[in-house]
Amino acid sequence: MSALAEIPVLSVNQLSIAVDNDGTPVPITDDVSFTIGRGEVLALVGESGSGKSVTALALMQLLGAGLRIARGEIVFETHDGFRTDVVRLGAKGKAIEALRGARMGMIFQEPMSSFSPIHTIGAQIAEVVQVHEKVGRAAARARAAELLGKVGIPDPVGALDRYPTEFSGGMRQRAMIARALICKPSLLIADEPTTALDVTIQGQILQLLRSLKREFGMSILFITHDLGIVAQMADRVAIMYSGRIVESGPVRDIFRHPVHPYTRALLDAVPRLGDIDRGRRIQPIAGAMPNIFDAPSGCRFHPRCPVRDMPRCAEKLPPRAEVEKHFVECIHGERELAK
Amino acid sequence: MIRFLSRRLAYMALTLLLVSLVSFVIIQAAPGDYAEIFAAQKAATGAIITLADIEAMRIELGLDQPWYVQYGRWLAGALHGDFGYSWAWRRPVGEVIAERMPLTLTIAFATLIFMYAVSIPVGIYSAVRRYSFGDYAFSIAGYLGLAIPNFLLALVLLYISQQYFHQSVGGLFSPGYENAAWSWAKVQDLLAHLIVPVVVLGTSGTAFLTRAMRAAVLDELNKMYVLSARASGLSPMQLLLRYPVRMALNPIASTLGWRLTYVISGAPIVGYVLALPDTGPLFLNALLNQDMLLAGALIFIFCALTIIGTFVSDLLLVLLDPRIRLE
Ligand SMILES: Nc1ncnc2c1ncn2[C@@H]1O[C@H](COP(=O)(O)OP(=O)(O)OP(=O)(O)O)[C@@H](O)[C@H]1O
Ligand SMILES: [Mg+2]
Repeated sequence: MSALAEIPVLSVNQLSIAVDNDGTPVPITDDVSFTIGRGEVLALVGESGSGKSVTALALMQLLGAGLRIARGEIVFETHDGFRTDVVRLGAKGKAIEALRGARMGMIFQEPMSSFSPIHTIGAQIAEVVQVHEKVGRAAARARAAELLGKVGIPDPVGALDRYPTEFSGGMRQRAMIARALICKPSLLIADEPTTALDVTIQGQILQLLRSLKREFGMSILFITHDLGIVAQMADRVAIMYSGRIVESGPVRDIFRHPVHPYTRALLDAVPRLGDIDRGRRIQPIAGAMPNIFDAPSGCRFHPRCPVRDMPRCAEKLPPRAEVEKHFVECIHGERELAK
Repeated sequence: MIRFLSRRLAYMALTLLLVSLVSFVIIQAAPGDYAEIFAAQKAATGAIITLADIEAMRIELGLDQPWYVQYGRWLAGALHGDFGYSWAWRRPVGEVIAERMPLTLTIAFATLIFMYAVSIPVGIYSAVRRYSFGDYAFSIAGYLGLAIPNFLLALVLLYISQQYFHQSVGGLFSPGYENAAWSWAKVQDLLAHLIVPVVVLGTSGTAFLTRAMRAAVLDELNKMYVLSARASGLSPMQLLLRYPVRMALNPIASTLGWRLTYVISGAPIVGYVLALPDTGPLFLNALLNQDMLLAGALIFIFCALTIIGTFVSDLLLVLLDPRIRLE
C-alpha cells in the first residue's frame, strides 16, 4: 500500500453531539472516534436510538435544530489533496455547501420521501451538478442520464422527465444513489438505505452499491442494524451503544471473536441455519437502551450486561483495549482480546 | 390531464346552470310580478290602468307562460347580457350593471393581488424566521387584521384618508381625471383611490393567507426531501425557493376560488360604507327596492365569477402539481 492510500478519507476524533435541553447541553453521542480508509466500507451498527443517524448527519453538518457538535473533529481528506475539518467549517456558508453533495454524498432510509414529489427526477439530479459545477442545463441533464443508466434505471433519458411517484421504491433509491454520486464524492454516507425495501430489492441495491464503490473508488459509511448486511458489505464494523462506540474492528475479527458483551448479544440475536434443528431459540437482549437524559454512570451497558463486575462497571468508563485494530471498551476487553 | 380538465369544465357548466336556476327562483320569489309593479308605478303617476292592460302586458312579456319557458327566456337573454328591465332605474339591467361592474372587478382583482403579494412573502419570512421579532410582529398584525370588522376598518381608513391625505374616497378617480386621457398621473390617481377599499377588503384575507402560507412552508421545511436537498449542497435560499415554497403554493392556489367569492361577497358592504359607485350599493338597493331582475342578475354574475375563479384555481393547481396531471 502506498503512503497516500493509508491516509484515511475520514477520521472522526472524539466527536460529541449534544442536544440543547432548555439551555443545558445533553450529550447524544460521546467521544465517538473512527476512521474510514480509501475504498473502505465501514459499517456503523447499533440499536435504534443509539445515535447512528445523528453521527452521520454531523459528518455533513446537517444536524437539525437543537442539536450541535459539542466537541471533536471530523478530518476529511481526499486523494486530490483537499483536507478540512468539517467541524471547523461550520454548518452554514459556501465552504460546507461546496462539500455537501460534491465531496460527500448521502442517501437515506426513505427513498419515498427523499425526492420532492412535484419536480422531475431529472431536474433534481441535474441541479446537483449545476450547483457544484459550471455547466449548462443540457450538459447537467446528460450527466444525470448517464448516472441514471449507471444505477440501472431503464431508459435513463426518458426517466429524466418522470416524477418520483412514477418510480417504485427500489427505483427511487437507485435514483437517490445517482443523485448522491453524480459529482463523484470520495465518501458516501448511506443511512440504512435498504431498510425500507423488500428483501430482493435490498439485495439488488447492495449489489449496486458494491459495484459502484469499485467503479468510483469511493469509501462508504454504511449505517445499518442488520448484521447480515454488515457481513455482505463491510470491511470494518463499529458497534454503537447509547452514543458510544463500544467495539470496532475488521468484520471477520468481530464476527469470529466478538468481545464486548453487547456485540455478543447482537450476534446471538441473529438466527443461524441449524438453530431450529438444535432447538436453539434466538436470545433477545434483555432490557432496553437507556434514555439519553438519564444515561447510566460508568459503562452505559452495565444495567443489561450479563458479565458485569459491580460496582466497578458502574463507577467509571471502562478503558479502551486494542489488539491489531480491534478496539473494545469493556473492563474484560484486554483479557478477552488476548485470548 | 385532458380528462381532468374536461370533467372540471363539465362541472363548471352544470354549476352555472344550477346557479342560474337559483337566481331565477329568487327573482320569482318576490311578491307581485313585473306587470303589477309596472301598473302600480303608472297608477302612482296618475295614469289609469285597467286589469285588461295588465293582462295584455303579461302576455306581451310572456308572464303567462309556464315557469320553465320563462326561465328559458331569461337564461337565453342572460347569456347575451340581456337581463331584462330594471324598474327602479328605468333602464335595462345589463346597462346599469355594465356601468358599475368594471369598478367592482378592478377592486376585486386589486384585492386579490394585494392579498397574495403580501401574504406569500410575509408567510415565507415568518416560517423561515420562526419565533423572531418579525414573526411575532406579523402575527400580531395578522390577528388584528382578522379581528377588526371590515366596516370598522373602512370607517377608520376613510377618516384617516380624508383627514390627513385630503383624499376623496369614492370612485376610482379624482374629479379632474375621470374623463382625462390615460397618463402616469391618472394611474397614480387610480392607485391612490384603490388603496382604501383594497386594504379594507383584503386585510382579513391577507392575515388568513399569511398564516396558511407560514404553516405550509414550516410543514415542508421538515420534510425529508429538504434534508436530502441540503445534503446535495443547495444553499438555504436556493432550497427554499425551489422546493418548500413551490409546494406551499399549492394550498394557496387551491383556495383562490373561494378567496374570490369572499372578496366579491364582502364587497357590497364595503362599497356601501365607502360610498363607492360599484355594484355593492347597487345590489343592496336592488334588494331593498325589490328590483328583482337587477338583484337576480347580480347574484347570477357574482356566482358565475366565483365559479370561474374556482376553475382558474383548479387550472393553477394542475400547473403547479404534477401529481394531479399524472392521476
Ligand atoms: N433533533 C433532535 N432533538 C433531540 N433529540 C434528538 C434529535 N434527533 C435525535 N435525537 C435523539 O438522539 C438519539 C439518537 O438518535 P438517532 O436518530 O441518531 O438514532 P439511530 O441510531 O439513527 O436510530 P434508528 O436506528 O432508529 O435510526 C435518540 O435518542 C434521539 O431521540
Ligand atoms: Mg437512524
